[in-house]
Amino acid sequence: MDLRRQRKIVNGAALGLSLVAMVFGLFWLCWILLTVLQLGVSGLSLGLFTMMTPAPQSAGGLANAIVGSLITVGLATLIGTPVGIMAGVYLGEYGHNTWLGNVTRFINDILLSAPSIIIGLFVYAVYVAPKGSFSGLAGVFALAILVIPVVIRTTENMLLLVPSTLREAAFALGAPRWKVITRVTLRASGAGILTGVLLAIARISGETAPLLFTALSNQFWSLDLSGPMATLPVTIFKFAMSPYKDWQELAWAGVLLITLGVLALDILARLLVKNEVK
Amino acid sequence: MIPFTNALRQEQQTGPDAPPARQPITHLTMKRFNFYYGGFQALKNINLDVYKSCVTAFIGPSGCGKSTLLRAINRMYDLYPNQRAEGEVLLDGMNVLDPHADIIDLRARVGMVFQKPTPFPMSIYENIAFGVRLHERLTRAQMDDRVEWALHKAALWDEAKDKLTQSGMSLSGGQQQRLCIARGIAVRPEILLLDEPTSALDPISTAKIEELIHDLKQEFTIVIVTHNMQQAARVSDYTAYMYLGELIEFGDTDNLFIKPQNKQTEDYITGRFG
Repeated sequence: MDLRRQRKIVNGAALGLSLVAMVFGLFWLCWILLTVLQLGVSGLSLGLFTMMTPAPQSAGGLANAIVGSLITVGLATLIGTPVGIMAGVYLGEYGHNTWLGNVTRFINDILLSAPSIIIGLFVYAVYVAPKGSFSGLAGVFALAILVIPVVIRTTENMLLLVPSTLREAAFALGAPRWKVITRVTLRASGAGILTGVLLAIARISGETAPLLFTALSNQFWSLDLSGPMATLPVTIFKFAMSPYKDWQELAWAGVLLITLGVLALDILARLLVKNEVK
Repeated sequence: MIPFTNALRQEQQTGPDAPPARQPITHLTMKRFNFYYGGFQALKNINLDVYKSCVTAFIGPSGCGKSTLLRAINRMYDLYPNQRAEGEVLLDGMNVLDPHADIIDLRARVGMVFQKPTPFPMSIYENIAFGVRLHERLTRAQMDDRVEWALHKAALWDEAKDKLTQSGMSLSGGQQQRLCIARGIAVRPEILLLDEPTSALDPISTAKIEELIHDLKQEFTIVIVTHNMQQAARVSDYTAYMYLGELIEFGDTDNLFIKPQNKQTEDYITGRFG
């Protein structure tokens, strides 16, 4: 009897503590979301999407920064995803207990946890400094380097989740290894890998540090990847620190845009996984 | 139907009412077969014949090596670097274990169905076409015929004919297992290896698969590993009893179950051990 009471108390305490922890986490998240909404909504207008970043004290929008972000994030994903998936396939299907596999996995873990500012400085040192100019392309490289380790990790993990019997069943039919991978195991883990890619996009779309030293920023409309390019995070950084009220308002509107975009990607990722489970 | 070269089948066609001819033709021979997982010897000096168009069952307690033996026949162990086989496994005189043997061709001739159903993440039709495309180039119409033929053979056609484009995963467990059998026979192998094919299924699905095994042995040589002795007695013509990596007794299923020659076999099949 006593044991049963004790168990009940411990159970209640554990439940209470985890509830407190959850409320604590949610509290900050909700506060952040509320603040972003409150301060960002007033800046939302059609002009936000059609007008360029303005000079202080004049009307303007974020069109060049939005398009710049879409271009850099899009290209970085296009470069990073195939590289990441291929390396992930190597780790998940070929390099289980090989020397090269273990070294790659270790380096990837370091890259995954490397502060993004280091990646920015690296691209600055090897690409921007020798060329003598900031460029959108340099920003794309920096972001791509951030995408790769995330995609490698999710691809490997998702492939390891594929039951070995499924692999064996494909081999038992006489399928060569590359066909087993492309037709069966990659397909079986497709939703999971896609989720990883979406999360990687969500991560880089808010990155500021690696873009500061690479794409820099641009007051004007520019699609030229060889020159400085405006992006949302760097523009937010610049505008939020400024003393001008309309710049600050634009910064908050930009923050809201990024938040909504990331939220949409996360929801999409969840839906994909949910559909796969069914 | 699709022409199928099979000596015994022609024999049976000549006298369908006569009891099955007891003049078995050897299809596969294992000689001095040893198998190792790293330093551990899992199978010791196995000598065994598998007969054409018959069902051979491997029985024995868990860990006796019956699945290992089955997986040697299509060289499944090749996938794992620390596993290795010695001796000979002769399929129509060709040594399967020969490092120069064409594994793709071997696996086209020897199909396999696993314990858990393993439908691929694609449509029912594609599940079956996948294996066929690996070995043959067929027109769309020929492929349609082949898929239908395989599904008929696996007794799944009636249930699946209206949903060929649906995912193979949408089927029930028993249907999935019959899909895997259909996928295996669609390649038209000579031998079908079944590794505890019903242990994850309910009794009704199990009965269907057992019936299927009975029908399929007209055209395929079948080797089945099973935990279930009644199943072995029901479906097989020959039974091999294994224990701790050794082949203890091999013989005609009726004889082995009614009057086993070996005391260990008797203890196992009467339930005193195992």
